[in-house]
Amino acid sequence: MAIYQAILELADDNLVLGHRVSEWCGHAPLLEEDLAMPNMALDMIGTARTLYARAAELEGKGQSEDDMAYLRGEREYRNCLLVERRNEDFAHTMLRQLYFAAFMKPYWEAAANSTDEVIRGVAGKAVKEMAYHIRHAGEWVIRLGDGTEESAARMQDAVEALAIYVDEMFDSSDAAKEAEEAGVLPKRADMRPAFDATIAHIFAEALLDVPTVEYPHTGGRDGRHGEDLGHLLAEMQSLYRAHPGANW
Amino acid sequence: MSVPAQEEARAWDAAAQVPDPEVPCVTVADLGILRWVRVEDGTVTAGVTPTYSGCPATLAIELAIETAIREAGFDKVEIERILSPAWTTDWISAEGREKLRDYGIAPPEEATGKGLMLFGETTVTCPRCGSTNTERLSEFGSTACKAQYRCKACAEPFDYFKCI
Repeated sequence: MAIYQAILELADDNLVLGHRVSEWCGHAPLLEEDLAMPNMALDMIGTARTLYARAAELEGKGQSEDDMAYLRGEREYRNCLLVERRNEDFAHTMLRQLYFAAFMKPYWEAAANSTDEVIRGVAGKAVKEMAYHIRHAGEWVIRLGDGTEESAARMQDAVEALAIYVDEMFDSSDAAKEAEEAGVLPKRADMRPAFDATIAHIFAEALLDVPTVEYPHTGGRDGRHGEDLGHLLAEMQSLYRAHPGANW
Repeated sequence: MSVPAQEEARAWDAAAQVPDPEVPCVTVADLGILRWVRVEDGTVTAGVTPTYSGCPATLAIELAIETAIREAGFDKVEIERILSPAWTTDWISAEGREKLRDYGIAPPEEATGKGLMLFGETTVTCPRCGSTNTERLSEFGSTACKAQYRCKACAEPFDYFKCI
């Protein structure tokens, strides 16, 4: 295990969710959302780029950020399962975003004290972006949860579908533990109080119950993913694999 | 002024007049994206801080700054991308804020980080009529750095430069 692998996990979370959110581009239910989705996607993809470059540098094998993103297969991806879940409807998409941002905001806040300069730089920027994502996604969760009968039912479906993927975000892999001990990354479990407070606040306004999860789903950090990730990577990587080294 | 200091000032002046590609009414110096310019052993290095993590204009801005310095007669130009400390809207100069307002974009009003601020409790002043009776249409606008607002007094929609 090495510290670069922990940074890779973080990069994978951001890229996979960034790609997922970008899938709404051109399909969002209203123009404002069609602008909002790629904006949020760009925040996460931008974060991922810097993290991939840093991971590649620490690995020291001369890989580029593109090699990291486009040439690793499904089993080599280390993202948590939450971020690869399909968009389904707007309720799923917004709840997934809220869960992720509610975790990442305190995480980046703590990472501002990282011993790694690049992580400090990424954290300073990403913490503000995640605050916007919490607001945007949180407002939608409230609007839909406390909305019509149809929207409330869909929001409830989303909670039931996604709650089992929440706990994995708080687990630290062996690589993450090493990075945490070295002071490069914050301890994942420490984010629980801030996360719970954000979710409790928004769920209360959305008239949703915070579910109790008996069997959390995990495995993403070991490369064991659901079938959704393969489809996502196939689409995302096809161009680069067909034209290795392709550039804008 | 010593010769190196003069050279540095000349390189800075060339770089500082580069407009932001997405908000061309302000320069990279107004926005505080251009951090410093140094001249050492005939090489000019410009320090640049991106606004947003995924700002698609970052490369274009770096290239424009490099080109502007070259056009001022310097052959060796390097760009150093500085991620830490992260860019904040606090770095936009007073002049830059004025230029944004004249252009029809409301400049950032206050620092972020004040809790969740659900449903937009931020007070934004309309750049057209100066009314604070405005409403947020969307958190995200035509570029990563802007949100969409509407003035309820003069009915004009406008962009708001987000506080980050």
